[in-house]
Amino acid sequence: MRTLLIAILLCGVSATATAESGRGGPKMLNANVDLGNTESMQRGAKLFVNYCVSCHSANFMRYGRVAADLGIPDDVMKANMMFTTDKIGDPMAIAMKPEDAEAWFGVAPPDLSVVARSRGADWLYSFLNGFYVDSHKPTGVNNIHFPNTAMPHVLWELQGLNRAVFETETLHGVESQVFKRFETERPGTLDEAQYLKATRDLVNFLVYVGEPAKLVRYALGVKVIAFLIVLWIVAYALKREYWKDVH
Amino acid sequence: MNAIARQLSGLRDWVDERFPLTTLWNDHLGQYYAPKNFNFWYYFGFFALVTLVIQILTGIWLVMNYKPDGATAFASVEYIMRDVEWGWLIRYMHSTGASAFFIVIYLHMFRGIMYGSYKQPRELIWILGMLLYLALMAEAFMGYLLPWGQMSFWGAQVIISLFGAIPMIGETLTEWIRGDYVVSDITLNRFFSLHVIALPFAIAGLVLLHIIALHEVGSNNPDGVEIKKVKGEDGHPVDGIPFHPYYSVKDFAGIIVFLMLFSAVVFFAPEMGGYFLEANNFIPANPMQTPLHIAPVWYFTPYYSILRANTVNFFFIDAKLWGVIFMGLGVMAFFFLPWLDRSPVKSIRYRGGLYKTVLGIFVVCFLILGYLGLLPPTENRTLAAQICTVIYFLFFLLMPIYTKLDKTKPVPDRVTK
Repeated sequence: MRTLLIAILLCGVSATATAESGRGGPKMLNANVDLGNTESMQRGAKLFVNYCVSCHSANFMRYGRVAADLGIPDDVMKANMMFTTDKIGDPMAIAMKPEDAEAWFGVAPPDLSVVARSRGADWLYSFLNGFYVDSHKPTGVNNIHFPNTAMPHVLWELQGLNRAVFETETLHGVESQVFKRFETERPGTLDEAQYLKATRDLVNFLVYVGEPAKLVRYALGVKVIAFLIVLWIVAYALKREYWKDVH
Repeated sequence: MNAIARQLSGLRDWVDERFPLTTLWNDHLGQYYAPKNFNFWYYFGFFALVTLVIQILTGIWLVMNYKPDGATAFASVEYIMRDVEWGWLIRYMHSTGASAFFIVIYLHMFRGIMYGSYKQPRELIWILGMLLYLALMAEAFMGYLLPWGQMSFWGAQVIISLFGAIPMIGETLTEWIRGDYVVSDITLNRFFSLHVIALPFAIAGLVLLHIIALHEVGSNNPDGVEIKKVKGEDGHPVDGIPFHPYYSVKDFAGIIVFLMLFSAVVFFAPEMGGYFLEANNFIPANPMQTPLHIAPVWYFTPYYSILRANTVNFFFIDAKLWGVIFMGLGVMAFFFLPWLDRSPVKSIRYRGGLYKTVLGIFVVCFLILGYLGLLPPTENRTLAAQICTVIYFLFFLLMPIYTKLDKTKPVPDRVTK
């Protein structure tokens, strides 16, 4: 136990070290998601079921809820977006067993229900735009925002393949490889702007999936606070009236 | 109308012959005379009571769908967030309520320190309040394990392992607390039991005692004068007003402002930038994978900083045990305030510059410690935490001296304004 605690305390130190060495690393992109844009989330949902749900589940999210929240008719949902089940009330599960996934990829692809809450939208967006060709990797690609990720570049047909340009820089006498930019090695079916838009749609959808209540809670919050303001005016007038005779 | 009123007063008389309903009402509300000069700081006791009610009510509804099981706990919280009607609101009210409780309690405690509310004859109110604070810490700590995310798991693992630093019995004690060699489903079950039954009972009981003791001696006020010393012809304190209706209407207006701020967090920022709900806690608990940076929730971070500030082995005791000892002493020190404070006056209004300066420095140090506890330690941060820790304890240790030396001002006989 004693060693565990020391290890944990040391973890803090190493975390700082990582954070500091990561300072020169690539800057994260701004996902700029908009949950008011239903069409974007619909497009994101389509990308999600077509490209992600073969390996990643979203076990806490039901198809029917997505259909209802994003204004997709149930029959359209069933016909075009449900590949693993035909029951609209089912969660977005996958057929792959975690043990098999671990054997194939080295690590089981995580459930994506709340990934937008643990990783954040900007990270997801940067990750999806961070793949580059790396022949040392079994998947043939690496990721600038998640080095040595086990995930292959599933969207490569859309984006094409990028080459990463690194330059050697010396900081405080230490030489390091610093990422500079991507160069297109092989174009995909989408151009750069279209791919950015597509991944933004996908992240937008994931942010919604992370917390479906987000679609309603802001509007409700405005109403609740408006009610409280009115109630406060009445309560304050009542207080003034009662306190008139206190001197 | 008159007939109904007669019926109701008849019912009241019927109850009064069998239960002291009117007496209780008068003793605690209708005829409880509170000083008329309560200011902003006197809202927080009532806010704490309301927060407790929010926590109990939302807690009851959460338990209806939560599953205290290592295999399904995480999923059941997400089930509440998605599939339970209004589940997300109930959950956010509960998670926000936990942090709100500590904000309110810290301000309530600071009020007590500022106006000397712990001083004679209110020592027991203060001690009961401190016991409440301890019970609240235990309640929050155990509740935080229940969502069964990475921070839940590893936070509990770290805090429980602290008990392992105690010589001889440490290891056995940690196993006794966990019921296992690591935090596990067994730990989750017992924490759930303690969180929803034992500690809420203890807190509710202590709140009752806290209020009974308060109403026995009467409330302090920003002037720190005893209003009972000057009574009018009717036998009531001249500077007192009945709690009901005066403070009930005032607190009603106050609580609405509190609920506005509370709602703003619940609806617009339930994660509060990762301070109320941590990002890592949206990853299910994984005993095989330690997160890079483990920080307790913000309300524990001042003590966590004190724990980490102890980096030197001395007097045959290693640094870790010193850390645990000082962390414990850091919390316990508040218990002794009524006897450490030797000032003849209660309120900060009539204390001298020395005390005001010392209290100000203490508050700044407490906040710095809290801030540092959120961050991973570096050499400079540890040094800052060490300086603040020393000042933290000097505040208590030197209190008998500086409160004696302090040049106080004369206290008026009656409350001002």
